[in-house]
Amino acid sequence: MRSVWRTVGRDLAADAALVAAAIGVVGLAFGAIAVGSGLPLWLPAALSLLVFAGASQFVFIGILTAGGGPLGALAAALAVNSRHLPFGFAVSDALGSGWRRYVGAHLMIDETVAFTIAQQDPARRRAVYWTLGVGLFATWNIGVLAGSLAGTAIGDTAAFGLDAAFPAMLLALVRPSLRERRMATAAVLGACVALASAPVLPSGMPVLAALLALLVVPAGTPRAAVPGVVGESR
Amino acid sequence: MMPAGSMVATVVALAAGTYALRCAGPALRDRVQLPHWLTRRITMATVVLLAALVATQALVDGEGFAGWARPAGVLAGGVLAWLRAPFLVVVLAGAAVAAALRMAGVP
Repeated sequence: MRSVWRTVGRDLAADAALVAAAIGVVGLAFGAIAVGSGLPLWLPAALSLLVFAGASQFVFIGILTAGGGPLGALAAALAVNSRHLPFGFAVSDALGSGWRRYVGAHLMIDETVAFTIAQQDPARRRAVYWTLGVGLFATWNIGVLAGSLAGTAIGDTAAFGLDAAFPAMLLALVRPSLRERRMATAAVLGACVALASAPVLPSGMPVLAALLALLVVPAGTPRAAVPGVVGESR
Repeated sequence: MMPAGSMVATVVALAAGTYALRCAGPALRDRVQLPHWLTRRITMATVVLLAALVATQALVDGEGFAGWARPAGVLAGGVLAWLRAPFLVVVLAGAAVAAALRMAGVP
């Protein structure tokens, strides 16, 4: 454990602690909303332990309480979670091998992926993935349980600007990747596609639609960059 | 609302489906050696997905516009991130701007 902390470093550990705390507060809100809208106490707790993917959990209980039926809720939540498929390929090296791979896969969420891809060194990638993954799993589940028990006593987390903190967090984490021009072009294009399709597509799908940007922006392998190609910065 | 049995089954199905999505990449890693261009494509896909999450989380709430306070907070955080401010500053500034605007009556 000590060596893990040394690898992660104090700065990164402080950042991770901030994310973990914020996730815990969102967990409080999730538990309170779920129980407050008439769902049984075990449901938010079971979702948080077994699914552990905040956005899909909110979509799931939202559709259930709106009377959309279990199959509709299941389909929508799975659509929201489909981004984990490409995420899995992007961070697979950080999970380790053997049984660790199958335990680590469960800790894969937006924040662990964003923190991990911001790291280059293999040992650091692994340490960051696991430290943050375990930490977020703990605070999310404790938060959800506490929120479910406290119920409507939890106030509106939007008053603290927590809803703005999460996109800002992800933005800070992808920023280093955006230094490369093609990455930035693809990211901006994808964000535009997602926003344009948000009013017409069901939840979860706009983010997937962003992948259409990959059809337009060439991969541009820096290692095999052809000298003299216009727009190649390396 | 609905029988507890079908709710349990739905939660289990969601958990299994999500776990399968998460496991596919790591499980295939040893069996298939991905070519360099494909791993680069996957990195790009990950960055695009995260950027799309930033945009939709910042501007969309449910089916509609999230209001001005949230995107303003995210924008403030984004500018600070661009100026290479520490992570902590970026996140806290984003939250503080949104909270302050809401306190001033901006939706």
